[in-house]
Amino acid sequence: MAATNILKIDNLAFERNDTLLFEPVSLQLNSGEALHIEGANGAGKTTFFQILINLLEPSAGSIFFRGQTFSKCRYDYLSDILFIGHQSGVKATLSVEENLRWMSPDNTSAEKIALALQSVGLEHYANMPCYRLSAGQHRRVALARLVTTTASLWYLDEPFAALDKQGVAFIEGCMQQHLNSGGAMVFSSHQDLVKIEARSYRLQSYREVM
Amino acid sequence: MYNYLSGGFSAYLYRDLLLGIRNKTDLVKPLIFFLLISALVPLAIAPEAERLAQLAPGIIWILAVLATLLSVERLFSDDLQDGSLEQMLLSPNMLILPILGKIAAHWLMIGLPLTLLSPLIGIWFSLPVVAVIPMILSLALGTAVLSLIGAVGAALTLPRQGGVLLALLVMPLYMPVLIFGSATIQSAVDGLDWTAPLAILAAFLAIAIALCPLAINAGLRLAKNG
Repeated sequence: MAATNILKIDNLAFERNDTLLFEPVSLQLNSGEALHIEGANGAGKTTFFQILINLLEPSAGSIFFRGQTFSKCRYDYLSDILFIGHQSGVKATLSVEENLRWMSPDNTSAEKIALALQSVGLEHYANMPCYRLSAGQHRRVALARLVTTTASLWYLDEPFAALDKQGVAFIEGCMQQHLNSGGAMVFSSHQDLVKIEARSYRLQSYREVM
Repeated sequence: MYNYLSGGFSAYLYRDLLLGIRNKTDLVKPLIFFLLISALVPLAIAPEAERLAQLAPGIIWILAVLATLLSVERLFSDDLQDGSLEQMLLSPNMLILPILGKIAAHWLMIGLPLTLLSPLIGIWFSLPVVAVIPMILSLALGTAVLSLIGAVGAALTLPRQGGVLLALLVMPLYMPVLIFGSATIQSAVDGLDWTAPLAILAAFLAIAIALCPLAINAGLRLAKNG
């Protein structure tokens, strides 16, 4: 399968308080590829993700999705991405299953939901309200979306935070499967991954360079 | 839930109602406030039927404004904190329908119960029976306008949870609603035509439904940008 270009980032820069947050970023991401964003605390990893998902405007540079500029394909782009960030989007008073159903695409079948819950090891907690779960289980509810999503481009900001070894293995499994089926992803993590082959890119804090 | 336009409204309406039902204390607080204050008024002022009936239209409307203001500040701040606002902003569609869904849920949980409770308060204040129907209608329309305007304030004051700033911001916009709302009841008490002020309230509602979601959309995006 010929790799097609999914994402191209050209000299992307972000300015905060009159200084650049990180060195301008230029990268390419093809289908079937994973990109590991590294960087010290405060290097701007989360901000970088916020720019990628169109919540923040970059100060300079441009993003191309499948060869088109962002403004031309905004709808297609946003319908084809999955973002899981630090804040999970899980509602504490809803049950595990209600949360997952809410966060999954509309036509997700009940079997798919059950499968997703099973693969994150929460099948016995389906009807439990999320405020009773531990931090790691909370995280697993959000990450169960990896099973139900239909998006081809994944953005995962620190997906492994608060997870145990089993949880990490599950996420790595999902990521590998997604890559094998031609998807692409950008993720950040402070851990070294064993299973996934990923290019890494280090966000350089602007001051570090000067 | 994110991928088509028509689904946004009912999906968010359903979810917010469900959240409201699970968080009963938040739901009941403004109603208890509404009932308690209206129980105190006759005790604090003289319990004479005639004087109370004169004050009733004004007091009922002031309480409706305050009860809405108390509850509206959490409309978006919870979503911001747990990250679901971020996911909502990621939707490729316009946010108009999800926003209207959330506001409709807010009205169903605050404005509608207030409206339904108001005849009881009318009795406490010895409001003439002819004024009960106008009161219900004016509250039903007016509280919906209050929810919509309040939501604009709630979106603009993010990421903080409203508080005093929210009150200062929306109070001037609440004034016309308050004036025409109590005028509807007062006209009915005085035996005048009460449909005119009610029609103006309905016009406010039409304008608010059209314009407020646009302002809220902009406010929410600003909040994530800050």
